[in-house]
Amino acid sequence: MRHSIDGHSIEAHPTDGCPIFAAPFAAKVGFHKIVPLFLVLTLSLTAAASLPDGSWLGKVPPDEHQKTNPYSGQPDAIAAGRRIYADHCRKCHGENAEGTKKRPPLRSDIVQQIATDGDLHWLLVNGYMKKGMPSWSKLPDPQLWQLITYIKSLR
Amino acid sequence: MIRRLLFLILLSALPLHAQERPYFVTYSQEMEEPGNLEIESFNVVGNPPGGNLFLGSNLEFEYGVKTWWTSEFYLDGQSTQHESTIFSGFRWENRFRPLLSEHVINPVIYIEYEDISSDKALREIVGHDGLPDFAGRNNRGDVKREMELKLILGSNFKGWNLSENIIAEKNLGGDPWEFGYAWAASRPLALAAKAQDCTFCPEKFQAGLEMYGGLGDRSSFGLHNTSHYVGPTINWTAPNGTTLSFSPQFGLNDYSIPRLYRFGVSYEIEQFLGIFRREAK
Repeated sequence: MRHSIDGHSIEAHPTDGCPIFAAPFAAKVGFHKIVPLFLVLTLSLTAAASLPDGSWLGKVPPDEHQKTNPYSGQPDAIAAGRRIYADHCRKCHGENAEGTKKRPPLRSDIVQQIATDGDLHWLLVNGYMKKGMPSWSKLPDPQLWQLITYIKSLR
Repeated sequence: MIRRLLFLILLSALPLHAQERPYFVTYSQEMEEPGNLEIESFNVVGNPPGGNLFLGSNLEFEYGVKTWWTSEFYLDGQSTQHESTIFSGFRWENRFRPLLSEHVINPVIYIEYEDISSDKALREIVGHDGLPDFAGRNNRGDVKREMELKLILGSNFKGWNLSENIIAEKNLGGDPWEFGYAWAASRPLALAAKAQDCTFCPEKFQAGLEMYGGLGDRSSFGLHNTSHYVGPTINWTAPNGTTLSFSPQFGLNDYSIPRLYRFGVSYEIEQFLGIFRREAK
């Protein structure tokens, strides 16, 4: 399902992590009950992605959105990610990722719940240069995933 | 003197870090983060046959204006044995990244104005630069005002960075366009970061290879009477963020200086202007 946000197309991925939308269940309860759920989810996603720091979600290609984090949940990766965060991110996003005057928090629902690890990886690689977020492609991929593991651990 | 000491104390107390490529001549596509100021000192030592041992130095101030725009100011100097130590001039360059997302090859446009004389920093080799330039004595009166354009192309792939520079330089005094090239590749010694703090973790080292040289000028384009250098290069980022770089480089023909030794130090001050804002409160 695609929506338009800020003139960009966004893949909503309504079934990600939501087994309620599995086909057999849908057939069982009927589509007349699922459609309103879809609408609610779509509107929530649209509203969240329209926030100042969420419009980038509309640019993430579907294959990037679905990328999985090879370090997800690993304590060593969280520790390594914390060091990377302190070196490269803390100054703009705050000591504890609470955000600063000009830069968004990384404890927000957009980062912690709506964006997948793949979305965050895409953002780090490409940046959002129009809004002041630089590309971090100079960091090797494993370090980007470690950083994402740390950020997600702040949930 | 007291002011200098205070400045050094302030500098040592600032949050510093850098994640620099270990290149001395080649520019990568990576821009300075907006608001950050990087202070770098790059030096080269050479002993040209028929000339005198020299040390060429740059002091550079690189500032991230925007994510897509980096501005850099250089002060150049050099010291030549049995001759003199001189301030050889200044350069001001701006780099612009026209594409605002990451691609397989990322172009950056580089524009520089320089006002220099008796330059021995060798930050680029163009035209027929080579050994004969080192035969004459230092002459601060022979000032060159030049515009330099570079097309920087850079790619990151599986931890590797590959950067290529195509260089065109024009002496505003009327000499023809001169051309040159530079390319380099590098990679951190480890791609993943260690969980524990460490001083000599492999990810804090980057190693690679750099090559550069002249391509003649508009009236005599090609490799005839041009100098070329190649060498391995390495850097290490210390825990406080200071980056130290070193590269022995080797002349590839008789028109080149046989060996150059390059070394550099860089500090990055994050959100430089914010420091003054906080102090004003």
